[in-house]
Amino acid sequence: MIGSVLGWLLDPEHWRSTPFDTGIWAQLGAHVGFTLIALAIAVLLALPAGLVIGHTGRGSWLVSAANAVRALPTVGVLVLLVVVISPHFYGRTNAGFLIPTEIVLVVLAVPPILSNAYAGVQNVPPQVRDAAFGMGMTGPQVLGRVELPNALPLIFSGFRSAMLQVIATATIASYVTLGGLGRFIYDGLAQKDYPQMIGGAVLVAALALISDLLVALVQRYAVSRGVSRRFRTDTGPDSRTAVLVEEDVR
Amino acid sequence: MIRFDAATKRYPDGTVAVDQLTLEAPSGAITVLVGPSGCGKTTSLRMVNRMIEPTSGTVWLDDTDTASLPAHELRRRIGYVIQNAGLFPHRTVLDNVATVPLLLGEDRRRARASALELVERVGLDPALAKRYPAQLSGGQQQRVGVARALAADPPVMLMDEPFSAVDPVVREQLQDEFLRLQGELGKTIVFVTHDIDEAIKLGDQVAVLRVGGTLAQLATPAELLARPIDAFVAGFVGRDRGYRALAFAHGRNLPVREEPTVAVGSSHPGSAAGLAGWILAVDAERRPQGWLPTADELDETVTDSRLHRGGTLATQGGALRSALDACLSSPSGRGVVVDDDGRLLGSVTAREVLELIEERER
Repeated sequence: MIGSVLGWLLDPEHWRSTPFDTGIWAQLGAHVGFTLIALAIAVLLALPAGLVIGHTGRGSWLVSAANAVRALPTVGVLVLLVVVISPHFYGRTNAGFLIPTEIVLVVLAVPPILSNAYAGVQNVPPQVRDAAFGMGMTGPQVLGRVELPNALPLIFSGFRSAMLQVIATATIASYVTLGGLGRFIYDGLAQKDYPQMIGGAVLVAALALISDLLVALVQRYAVSRGVSRRFRTDTGPDSRTAVLVEEDVR
Repeated sequence: MIRFDAATKRYPDGTVAVDQLTLEAPSGAITVLVGPSGCGKTTSLRMVNRMIEPTSGTVWLDDTDTASLPAHELRRRIGYVIQNAGLFPHRTVLDNVATVPLLLGEDRRRARASALELVERVGLDPALAKRYPAQLSGGQQQRVGVARALAADPPVMLMDEPFSAVDPVVREQLQDEFLRLQGELGKTIVFVTHDIDEAIKLGDQVAVLRVGGTLAQLATPAELLARPIDAFVAGFVGRDRGYRALAFAHGRNLPVREEPTVAVGSSHPGSAAGLAGWILAVDAERRPQGWLPTADELDETVTDSRLHRGGTLATQGGALRSALDACLSSPSGRGVVVDDDGRLLGSVTAREVLELIEERER
């Protein structure tokens, strides 16, 4: 079995597109595309909202509401939205399927980003916030120069969990006729071509791992060492324990 | 000059934190607000930079009504030091110190250069400038907190229990350096503490507040010890008031007598003959090291481990309290007096110090 999955993955024919068949590269591109669009919209919506709610302490019901939305069954919502939305689009556009898919993915990505941005700001020690105001920072300056940099570890961890979920769930785009790596899973299942199905799943997992690694790298440079406690001398806990600590906070 | 004019803070639930406080903190002096918890001392302090807005009354900063400026502009003119320092964890020591100059629009390079000077000025190793707060001890963080408050050279500083979170030894160092720094800078300081000893040590004037936020007594430390206005203040100022007041009485003319010595490391302290009980051991610079029992074998080398180190040192011109303490703590009964460089001048006895105390006008 492992051999045939590897065989499917390593066959260069499967990676190239032909006039009749879309190859792995193209589907990978589509998958990354769905993911990026969903994450970009989710970040634009949830990050500012989470930061402002954390800063002002007002509207925290929004965070709870967003978390409650997590309980919605994704496929069910997708099918419902397709039924409602796709009749409004005719012809050669696939917007009738793309819009429902992105809505579903954004709904998945918003809660972790929102609640972590909120928690990150709330977790800034009160005496630090007090000092920031006491030094004469305005409210937006306190948020941008003090609360945001200190909330970054939690914001990143929220973003990373949103990203993993979106990459995994973007496979359902194929369920409503779109492309993406899910194509191999659904086609493999339908054709009882199990190497193709498992190969598709392996590709999704690999994409998730590599993306997470890339973001972890960005995080390493974006977060101040004073916050991540990654010091050259060993005066603080090392980065591995720091990651565990972050997860606990959440 | 900071002037509270009937400043009052009443919370919506009816609690009165500060009640009609009228108080003037003169320019260039340290005014300490002290009192038990719930006396509104921190609330009063925070009304100056409007971290808390007074419900009624006015707080004046020189001739400016503090309510007439936008809060953030007011705060940039006032140095602010808080308990546990409240340093920004994501910024290096240097950037923490440069905070207010940067807010005021100074360019980064210049702000950092002057921040580095300040880091040294508050007694920190400049090598720490690149570190983050989490890499510093509590005492070091507190020094950075003071440097940060000083960075824009504000004429006025507010200090909210800045030294209460560090251990007693470090606290005393920080207090001494704070007084040295204030000697150089002459800021107008309002300092909050719950520790009456700290208030007495640091204050040019001390305001004792009582629970409910009213002023019980405003006086110099010596006056507060000598003449507490009522039972509450007397109780709060505490025991040993007479003895503690000696800290403000100076013995400029201690009748110092010459004291025979042996050198640490020498083998034959011959001059010890005839002295009862103890002989003072000094190092090569004539700094007192401890007392050697004369009953010991005199031809043995005088080593550190044989010395009795219980005695404290008094300085010529210092407070009578430390002169008396030097006598009381010395095993020989002779209090050791040194000059400003720590070199031996001689000794006095408790009886002589007491005579000075009795002579001084009450």
